[in-house]
Amino acid sequence: MTSTDSTSPATRSRPAWGAALVWMGLLGLLALVGFGLIRTQQGPVGVGSAMPDFTLTTFDGDVYDTAQERGRVLVVNFWASWCKPCEQEAAALEEAHRRLSPEGVLFLGVNYVDTEPEALAYLDRFDITYPNGPDLGTRISQAFRIRGVPETYIVGPDGVLTLVKIGPFESLDEILNAVRAAQAGPSS
Amino acid sequence: MRDLTSPAAWSLPPPERGRVRGGGVSPAWAAAVALTIALAALALPARAQEPTPSDDEVNAIAKGLYCPVCENVPLDVCPTQACAQWRETIREKLAAGWNQQQIQQYFVEQYGGRVLATPPPSGLNWLVYLLPPVAFVVAAYFLWRTMRRWAGARRPAPSPDAPTDDPYVARLEEELRRRS
Repeated sequence: MTSTDSTSPATRSRPAWGAALVWMGLLGLLALVGFGLIRTQQGPVGVGSAMPDFTLTTFDGDVYDTAQERGRVLVVNFWASWCKPCEQEAAALEEAHRRLSPEGVLFLGVNYVDTEPEALAYLDRFDITYPNGPDLGTRISQAFRIRGVPETYIVGPDGVLTLVKIGPFESLDEILNAVRAAQAGPSS
Repeated sequence: MRDLTSPAAWSLPPPERGRVRGGGVSPAWAAAVALTIALAALALPARAQEPTPSDDEVNAIAKGLYCPVCENVPLDVCPTQACAQWRETIREKLAAGWNQQQIQQYFVEQYGGRVLATPPPSGLNWLVYLLPPVAFVVAAYFLWRTMRRWAGARRPAPSPDAPTDDPYVARLEEELRRRS
């Protein structure tokens, strides 16, 4: 009886080598997919972690590098002109900025996937005076791993996040209390 | 040749000795012609107005882009207000003479590479283009090997010539004859 199975060592090793290669490729792919899935499930950066540093160029052309802003409380607000909930907190954020900026608190508005004319119209409509700029290439929002807008991150003077607010602030007092807590430090 | 833009060109020449001035251009008529020529020189050349890009032209480019906010929704069919604004941005860029590649590059710079319907062939994105054909070829190879093995197993092995003087074979054939 002739057998279709060759028993020579050369032909036995060739399929084994090829199979190993295929399995390695499959495992590599699975690792890649798994890494991507883990990253998407991570959620935004959390309280207690260091804020991802970024550089924001405002619509006026000013440049803010958060790494240079250590020692002061930062309020980083992600918003968009097409975002209806963002409108709920716009006035409160501006009022908070006007009250707290003499104390050194810096408000930064990051405009998320928007068009410049509509963004400027939004700022004009709510008379927002704190620095705002576009998130070019969504690099800043990806660094914070935001899920949508509005989201606000309050950072203490040491560069550590003290508050992550998903959704709009309910009131001016909520913003002021959150900033006061950041100013007080980790012991509060 | 006379320089017609010069005022001196329109002043009457002194009358020749013995000749009477007459039959020439009157001062009022000359002034009117000069004024017309001056106004014509100042008038801006008329240009054909650039037509506004049509919806089809806008959507042809929007089809190659995805809504930066909505998941997996092409920009040409996205119904949101934000998408309408982005389509208007495309229209403005087209009216300004930008081509498709420039507009796509603009959107990538503004909103990241994920807005492209076709990922750019760079970095890990190469896997999107390489893996499917490689997987197809590998799968086809294994399928071919497996089918060859099955075909080999199904084909009956040719039996060697039975020796005629084998007593065992003779007994076996006898048994088979009896049972049938």
